[in-house]
Amino acid sequence: MELISILNLAYLVASILFIVGIKQLAHPKTATRGNFLGALGMLIAVVATLFDRAILSYEWIAVGVLIGSFIGIILAVKIQMTAMPQLVAVLNGFGGIASVFVAGAALQLSIPKYAYAVNYQEIVSIVFSAIVGGITFSGSFIAFGKLQGFITEKAVRYPGDQLVKILVGLTAVGLGVYGCLEPTDESIYWILSGVSLLLGIFLVIPIGGADMPVVISLLNSYSGIAASATGFVLNNNVLIISGSLVGASGIILTQIMCKAMNRSLTNVLFGGFGAAATEMKDDGDFYSGKVKSTSAEEVAMLLDVARSVVIVPGYGMAVAQAQHAVRDLYQLLTARGIDVTFAIHPVAGRMPGHMNVLLAEADIPYDRLKEMDEINSTFENVDVVIVNGANDVTNPLAKTDPKSPIAGMPILDVGNAKTVVVIKRSLSAGFAGVPNPLFIADNCLMLFGDGKKATQEMIAALKES
Amino acid sequence: MEIFVTAVTIFVLAIFVGFEIITKIPPILHTPLMSGSNAISGITLIGALYAAGIQESNLTKILGLLSVIFATINVVGGFLVTHRMLGMFKKKDAPK
Repeated sequence: MELISILNLAYLVASILFIVGIKQLAHPKTATRGNFLGALGMLIAVVATLFDRAILSYEWIAVGVLIGSFIGIILAVKIQMTAMPQLVAVLNGFGGIASVFVAGAALQLSIPKYAYAVNYQEIVSIVFSAIVGGITFSGSFIAFGKLQGFITEKAVRYPGDQLVKILVGLTAVGLGVYGCLEPTDESIYWILSGVSLLLGIFLVIPIGGADMPVVISLLNSYSGIAASATGFVLNNNVLIISGSLVGASGIILTQIMCKAMNRSLTNVLFGGFGAAATEMKDDGDFYSGKVKSTSAEEVAMLLDVARSVVIVPGYGMAVAQAQHAVRDLYQLLTARGIDVTFAIHPVAGRMPGHMNVLLAEADIPYDRLKEMDEINSTFENVDVVIVNGANDVTNPLAKTDPKSPIAGMPILDVGNAKTVVVIKRSLSAGFAGVPNPLFIADNCLMLFGDGKKATQEMIAALKES
Repeated sequence: MEIFVTAVTIFVLAIFVGFEIITKIPPILHTPLMSGSNAISGITLIGALYAAGIQESNLTKILGLLSVIFATINVVGGFLVTHRMLGMFKKKDAPK
């Protein structure tokens, strides 16, 4: 058999492994194996490629793989689970920029040929790689900066921002078309890549922190599409197949996230959640005199006589690194015969399913985690709900005020429980920038403090009682 | 043109496969699925290997080296961190 056929068969095997791997990643029992199959597929594809006759020298490859593996391993091993969304964003970005460079190298090889005949499939794909890869790279790093707190979490809006986005977008498209018509003009490619980087920045900067789950899964989808475009450049099926698989899975997760927030994708991308809210910043009167503040001791007394407790973890809990303290509280209460469950809102945390990972990290059994739809009807039978660092996902305004920015977003109906304890550092508004009437409800007590410290104080008070 | 049509066919079919295999994914696996599929998008590495190994000019060598580095970070970091996350879900199964 010819070498090229063997190579293509190896790519077929790799593609099958990717498909089966992703399928298995979608089920808890087989997920670990699925991830392993995906990695195996990648190994087969890489090793097969190294036997290709077109590859003449291995030094640069070896150096690149060594450096890349070293950085990859360090990142994967050192990362804290709370910083997972940042890591995914960064990895995404690297995938995107790699596509830009590969397409740039492909263009270098093709320019001499284009003097005689232009291969339009190739040049269109190269241009497309530059645009999608560039947006993925800079967009992912802006998302990283926002999550890490290097850039403001808030939606950055300015007059005419939509116009700027459209102009930069049109510039990119115009350069792209020109690049296809004059493929021998190499500088166009690099200008186009630069403009695409700008476009990624302009697209993600106006998106607020609460929308990050959607943005990250959308960028994930883009990184797949960028890989697929590279596949069109190189005429390589394994790239086309795995890229489109990732593109599709990213879009599905994006849809799930949008649904959980009752917002359309257009709204997320162009609406700027939380930006409009700065105008209606709460005037201070909203809460004044109506909030009942409590102490850890008082909460401990409540918990002492409770039979069922629901804990609602939110991003505040993650920031405070409180998941282990919450686990201790869970174990203490369970040991006293109290039924403790966790209510997980689909967009709690900053990427899809992030809260589940954090609680799993702290050894909280995952059959104790209840999805919003499952737990919402049961709140009226619950004695105490402890909301730890969550705000918008429990805000009843979503149901009562059609004008509020979170109107229509499905929320956890914690207000139906007998008592609600909200652990929060202050009365400040959440990402959506609206006050929360839950905090002034009759059955709500505020426990002001850091999510971790407050939980530890509750544990200490419980142990004394 | 012929090659292009074949490529598009494969692309469209793969998208359908993608949608079909991930329809009912449980929320606890959203994050690992995302980081796992993200690692697979590092398949650009294949293209990067060609760019780095073809030895055309200094520019392609440098572009190749950079793309190999970035794609490898994506692949290695992605699969490894997914494995780490899934390990956390797993150990809770044991005591029951």
